[in-house]
Amino acid sequence: MSVESDVIEIIRGKSSEGLEIIDRGTQLSELGIESLDMVELIFELEDKFGIEIPYNANSSEMEFQTVGDVVDAIAKLVAEQG
Amino acid sequence: MHRVVITGAGVICPIGASMVEMDAALRAGRSGIKDVATLNLVDNDRVNQKIIAPVTGFVPEDHFDAREIGMMETVSQYAVFAAREAIGRAGLDFNEELADETAVIVGTGIGGQSTQEEGYRRVYLENKRPHPFTVPRMMPNAPASQISMAFGLKGPSYAISSACASATHAVGNAFQMVRSGVVRAAVTGGVEACLQAGALRAWEALRVMASDACRPFSLGRKGMVLGDGAGIFVLERYEDAAARGAHILCEIAGNGMSADAGDLTAPEVEGMSKAIRRAIADAGLNPEDIDHINAHGTGTLANDRTEAAAILDVLGDRGRKVPVSATKSMHGHALGGAGAIELAALINAMNGNYVPPTINFVEPDPDCPIDCVPNEARDCRIDAALSNSFAFGGLNGVLALRRV
Repeated sequence: MSVESDVIEIIRGKSSEGLEIIDRGTQLSELGIESLDMVELIFELEDKFGIEIPYNANSSEMEFQTVGDVVDAIAKLVAEQG
Repeated sequence: MHRVVITGAGVICPIGASMVEMDAALRAGRSGIKDVATLNLVDNDRVNQKIIAPVTGFVPEDHFDAREIGMMETVSQYAVFAAREAIGRAGLDFNEELADETAVIVGTGIGGQSTQEEGYRRVYLENKRPHPFTVPRMMPNAPASQISMAFGLKGPSYAISSACASATHAVGNAFQMVRSGVVRAAVTGGVEACLQAGALRAWEALRVMASDACRPFSLGRKGMVLGDGAGIFVLERYEDAAARGAHILCEIAGNGMSADAGDLTAPEVEGMSKAIRRAIADAGLNPEDIDHINAHGTGTLANDRTEAAAILDVLGDRGRKVPVSATKSMHGHALGGAGAIELAALINAMNGNYVPPTINFVEPDPDCPIDCVPNEARDCRIDAALSNSFAFGGLNGVLALRRV
């Protein structure tokens, strides 16, 4: 579960809303994470896990609604990397 | 055509983080120039330049939350900080209608220098990626955009970049827009925050930097001292300001601009004179009405003798007696912000009935036969004054101010 807790901590750092409980079901919109925050969040996650996230703000291929969406995508990329 | 007045002014510069602080420093002839070591630059040991004019004591966390700091680098922080003072003092209520008709025009020579240098450092030295906010933080229009967003101002908003004349061109342009009725009000000025290792070393390479002090118009002057800071002003129609009983700081009566179309860096008398004449004529004044000038006065051999010649060219023999202050001797040269910091100095002088000194003056230079108010401030009633800015690239800007 370390990926999940690490991702949540990074997401918490980007949030402007100060929610006490952030879990897989939390909507990113509830956290006040807007487009530029998303770009910075991706950047930090890539640095943290040493991965490349194929995220493009113009594409709907990788759309994150909830914290769980982000955790799953990161876990998958980390696993792929071996 | 509308008469245009300044009803709010804000400043952050090496000699003060408010108009009141700056006023005290100007009267006392206090210098903000410091040892370069105070900057703690990443590359301090490789910078040869010994003195700079930094803004000191500015703690971003005291003025902005973490999210704002993430989006705004120093150049925008200074601009918004000064805008808060200016708009606060003006006491303007930006309701939806007025906000829609208020321009934001902010000059900067460079934009986000620290962001650019950090980005290059990561890419070229550390083999890393630039931070994703590199572009929105470094773009030269960031200060104008951040002011527009901070106060919800939705009129024409943009940056003007003409090196050391950026701020004066910006204020001049805002003045013309309010005067012509294109907008109802404007928030305008200039800002620079370029005291970074790369910028300092680039300026060193031009061989125009002083090693000891900034002593404009004095014999023995050795050049300019690079500085930081911002000045922001609220411009509105005279009739609006009068109707709401606003405290009017002064009137902007004229704007004069010209280009040398000559050398990229060497100044020319003709171009400077032309801008001064145009400002005076635009204001409906005569040269004999001018009773004070805040000079461009950088402290370089070339600028100061050329500027003195231009002043004599336009004002004639009276040019030898009119007090001309080179306040860069105290606050350094903030490039695209310089004209705004000097406009703040001029507003302080007009409202306080004094002319600030040109400090570090040693002895008169026969090539600069003007009264540069050496070393000590002087009581002086100012009814009409000029603020000069002459940029690399041969771009000149002069504002004519009048007491209301």
